Amino acid sequence: MRIPKAASNPVSDMQRSRTRKNWLLSAPALVVLAAASSGPLLIVLVYSFLSAGEYGGVVWKFSTDAWFNVVFFRDIFDGTTTFADAHMTILWRSVRLSFITTLITLAAGFPTAYFIATRPRRNRSLWLFLITVPFWTNLLIRTFAILEVIRNEGLINIGLQTLGIIDKPIQMLYTDFAIMVGMTYVYLPLMVLPLYASMERLNFSLVEAAYDLYATRHKVLHRIIIPLVKPGIIAGSILVFIPSLGAFVTPRVLGGGKKMMLGNLIELQFGAGRNWPLGAALSVTLLALVMAALLMYVRTTQRHSGSVR
Amino acid sequence: MIPFIKKRPPFSLKRQPGFGLIAGLCFVMLYAPIITLVVYSFNAGKYISPWEGFSLQWYVAAWGNEAVQDATMRSLFLAVQAGIYSTVLATMAALGTTRTRPFRGLMAIYAMINQPLMVPEIVTAVALLILFAMIKSLTGIQGMFYLVIAHTAFCIPFAYLPIRARLEGMDLNLETAAADLYATPWKTFWRVTLPLLFPGIIAGSMLAFVISLDDVVITEFIKSSGQETLPTYMLGQLRRVVTPEINAISTVLLGLSISVVCLLFFVERRSRK
Repeated sequence: MRIPKAASNPVSDMQRSRTRKNWLLSAPALVVLAAASSGPLLIVLVYSFLSAGEYGGVVWKFSTDAWFNVVFFRDIFDGTTTFADAHMTILWRSVRLSFITTLITLAAGFPTAYFIATRPRRNRSLWLFLITVPFWTNLLIRTFAILEVIRNEGLINIGLQTLGIIDKPIQMLYTDFAIMVGMTYVYLPLMVLPLYASMERLNFSLVEAAYDLYATRHKVLHRIIIPLVKPGIIAGSILVFIPSLGAFVTPRVLGGGKKMMLGNLIELQFGAGRNWPLGAALSVTLLALVMAALLMYVRTTQRHSGSVR
Repeated sequence: MIPFIKKRPPFSLKRQPGFGLIAGLCFVMLYAPIITLVVYSFNAGKYISPWEGFSLQWYVAAWGNEAVQDATMRSLFLAVQAGIYSTVLATMAALGTTRTRPFRGLMAIYAMINQPLMVPEIVTAVALLILFAMIKSLTGIQGMFYLVIAHTAFCIPFAYLPIRARLEGMDLNLETAAADLYATPWKTFWRVTLPLLFPGIIAGSMLAFVISLDDVVITEFIKSSGQETLPTYMLGQLRRVVTPEINAISTVLLGLSISVVCLLFFVERRSRK
């Protein structure tokens, strides 16, 4: 804690003691967070540069093998080096599914948020409440609920078979599609909430002006509403994209170990794979991707708040 | 657009074609899977589907299952502890970071407090696994302590946000008045600030409780053997043949989370009036 030097006068002394009090009040929370949340992240970085122990854990010897193994695969028999296809497939699946999930939640969440924002004021909090309730319930349970709906003996397949549309159940579980449906389902509220927050402040006299100038509904949507709620669109997309990229439970339950995402690959290295440094390097990769997305978000929002509408 | 179609409802500024339909579908899609899950928890059959009649047998089975009892008690114990600790820490931090002139390091404190919301859970889980494995092998100390501190840490931002929001909306004049009437700073805090802050503290602690109760990823990585919580127990069960017992457990857990959130909703509505 360093306090800026200032000429000793009563006002700055008071200010200084207040600053000290503020730091003291915040300190216990910061200590716990440093010990059990931010601090350990540094250890992960260190681990990614160590050698793997034979039965899990690490040997304290500097090595860049883990980082090499993220991208390349060295055959243990003939020593040839190839591109690590499996890792690239998983990385690509993570990015692709997160991107698609973000697009679908946006397509579904935008009209939903708009619908809520255009209800009479006293009803809005109830509609919003209906969106938040699933968000506060257990993610595992919601994923399990999706599993029950899309599995071979699930509601959709049984329903389609009863109607005679299909004779054999469609295999939806343990596919990329299943993971995408699951992530869309569990992260939809994260899209609706920030969208609603910016739509609630929408000034409808601008919409009225557009109609007065003979704009069509389509044009009003594209030229007035979407540009005005853009901060909400960006915030919602970030809020969905980031947890999708790091998803672990949903791909594990709905991808069934066959279709892995980055989170599952990391777990594998700490479990059966017994390659902790590789797991650490993959974790740092994931963290870097997330930070890049966040940084992009900060930059775009700064540009937005800077420009005059 | 076309003036002679007059059968339509009067022109509405806010209407966008198809939006109501999509919104309706979204609400149905959000609740249909959960309702299905709850309905099948009452299935009399051996498997989740097909439906073989109404029965409470899976609730009875879950109630009598020792592993479930054990995991439930551990989950509640953990959530109550993490809820209390994180709320106390978050309240202090909120008092230190609101209603103050910006000081050096304030942004750093914000970033630090919100950090668990930004880092993917799996990365934190791995980091804690490594750290705790190190500590355990160095000191040999085992116990619930590790889970409690990890849960406390990631619950802090959830407790902090509503408390801070409440503080920011509070009237500073009341505290000034108390000070004018010769109340000591402590007395002002206990008799004025804390009672006014109470709704925020309740909301924060409930959110922290629910978040701790629901955590799967971090707990799954750092638990020692014999430290199953209800969510990690369920995750383990999902690998096997699933019986409606899981639905019954899920329904109870859902009920618990939803009643806490409903309670919050109504408390907040009343305090706003």
